[in-house]
Amino acid sequence: MNITEKILARAAGKTSISPDDVVFVNVDKVMVHDVSGPGVIAVFEKLKKKGMKIEKLWDASKVWVAEDHFVPSADMVSAQNIVLLSEFTKQFGISKHFKYGMGQYGICHTLSHEEAMVLPGEVYVGGDSHTNTTGALGAFAAGLGHTDIAYVLLNGKIWFKVPKTLYFKLNGKLPNHVMAKDFILKIIGDIGTDGAAYKTIQFGGNGISEMSIEERLTLTNMTTEAGAKSGIIEPDQKTRDYLDIRGAIKYDEVHSDIDAQYEEIYEYEASELEPIVAKPFSPENIAEARDLTTTALDKAYIGSCTGAKYEDLQAVARILKGRHVKIRTEILPAAISIFRKAMDEGLIKIFMDAGAVVGPPTCGACCGAHMGVLAKDEVCISTTNRNFPGRMGHVESKTYLASPLVVAASAVNGKITDPRDLK
Amino acid sequence: MNGGVIKYERDNIDTDVIIPGPYLKIHDYNELAKHAMEGLDKDFHSKVKEGDFIVAGRNFGCGSSREHAPIALAYSGIKAVLALSFARIFYRNAVDGAFLLPIEIDENTYNNISDKDSLEIDTEKNEIKNLTKNQTYKMKPFSDLIGKIIAAGGLFNYKP
Repeated sequence: MNITEKILARAAGKTSISPDDVVFVNVDKVMVHDVSGPGVIAVFEKLKKKGMKIEKLWDASKVWVAEDHFVPSADMVSAQNIVLLSEFTKQFGISKHFKYGMGQYGICHTLSHEEAMVLPGEVYVGGDSHTNTTGALGAFAAGLGHTDIAYVLLNGKIWFKVPKTLYFKLNGKLPNHVMAKDFILKIIGDIGTDGAAYKTIQFGGNGISEMSIEERLTLTNMTTEAGAKSGIIEPDQKTRDYLDIRGAIKYDEVHSDIDAQYEEIYEYEASELEPIVAKPFSPENIAEARDLTTTALDKAYIGSCTGAKYEDLQAVARILKGRHVKIRTEILPAAISIFRKAMDEGLIKIFMDAGAVVGPPTCGACCGAHMGVLAKDEVCISTTNRNFPGRMGHVESKTYLASPLVVAASAVNGKITDPRDLK
Repeated sequence: MNGGVIKYERDNIDTDVIIPGPYLKIHDYNELAKHAMEGLDKDFHSKVKEGDFIVAGRNFGCGSSREHAPIALAYSGIKAVLALSFARIFYRNAVDGAFLLPIEIDENTYNNISDKDSLEIDTEKNEIKNLTKNQTYKMKPFSDLIGKIIAAGGLFNYKP
């Protein structure tokens, strides 16, 4: 069995499992945020009206809560949702609630790894489609809707159809001008937005071993954009070191068997990869950055679980140091811990000297919620993950998706720019 | 089930157009319904009728995990979405929350059904009758567990 099958088999209490088996699995961790949380509360209310008694959760210690989509509260409705969420965590005794304005908080997926909320070998479900992100630590991580999350909160288990696995092997270390974002955009361009529908994408090869944990997280994060149920990378020494400095030392790693089966194996040479941009209106609509140099831009957005981790900010700083932005440039670190580190290491000064604005962690404009949404006909280049019509604002705005390096280089030129071509 | 067809001849109809991001903070289901399909079809709310079906291409409901998507459609009156394929979270949200039926159809059926056709769907026989064109198509049967959850009226009513 491969790593995903082994994790699911263990969680289902079975010795063996095959793709397409439908199993109820025990869940190790559950996440809800300020959109899915109120959704879950609405499901609970509906169940209570039907006569169900809901007094406690299956295990409140395994649940954690993030405030990310609409913080700082965008309006009165979102403010009310935060109040609702706070009442919910109090009522059910959920102690891991990362509150806006009370120390560490940030985008749920970023917290999942920054705070080592999820560990290798675990089954982790979250009320958000990019829950796949945390699979980079060697866990089975998948997104679910409100009803399913409500079911998990009460029962501690949920059904899954065991996914087939697509294995993406990266040979060699990525060149300096290429980031994990370019690799995953290339993959989505190659297999399409439903190329991995219902399946798992596993990454491996010496190119992945060379890659930092944060870069690996970019890969698994955007497996969602290929339709994948989950993305996963086998844990190695880098995973252990990453978790160790975050205080997580006890967990039960799972690795693929030597004779593990994959539905398909794809191989990529790192040295052949180029800076990639996904054009409107789909992450699969890719082109090389060098083929889009006439595309004029109104704004650069550096944010989200995909593109505002510490190393993403470092990449942006590499470009912006000593330069000035030619278009509006908005930088929102993905968690307070990252914001603080960026401040301590001088990155925030570099950003501000370059003319960019730095904002608080939030999903914000990535999902068109608030904090920098786009007007009609505005054109944005963004480190985020989706560019469907209306994703970042007006239905007739346009978003180009790219790596932090490409977005920063484009901010300096006001047009889409390959970082190698920056003067 | 009987109803009219609202057909969108496109693939990858994503959750951002089914119910745009700014409405995610809303959990009043009837209010959400007013904004269903707003990113793709401004007229949807005025033309949809109770019992209608949406017919669409591949990968319907891709994108986010927002349960607002099947909720907004269901509270608009949509009883089933007939598509060439579905994104996984939309599919399970529709079934587990008992909001609407996600029905997989083949290319031939997709091409034969037109906007405004009247359909009759029989999930026991796995048949779709096109009353306007006097044709009958096969739908892909629900898998074992999905069929049981639908029959129970959602995941919370299903006893494993």
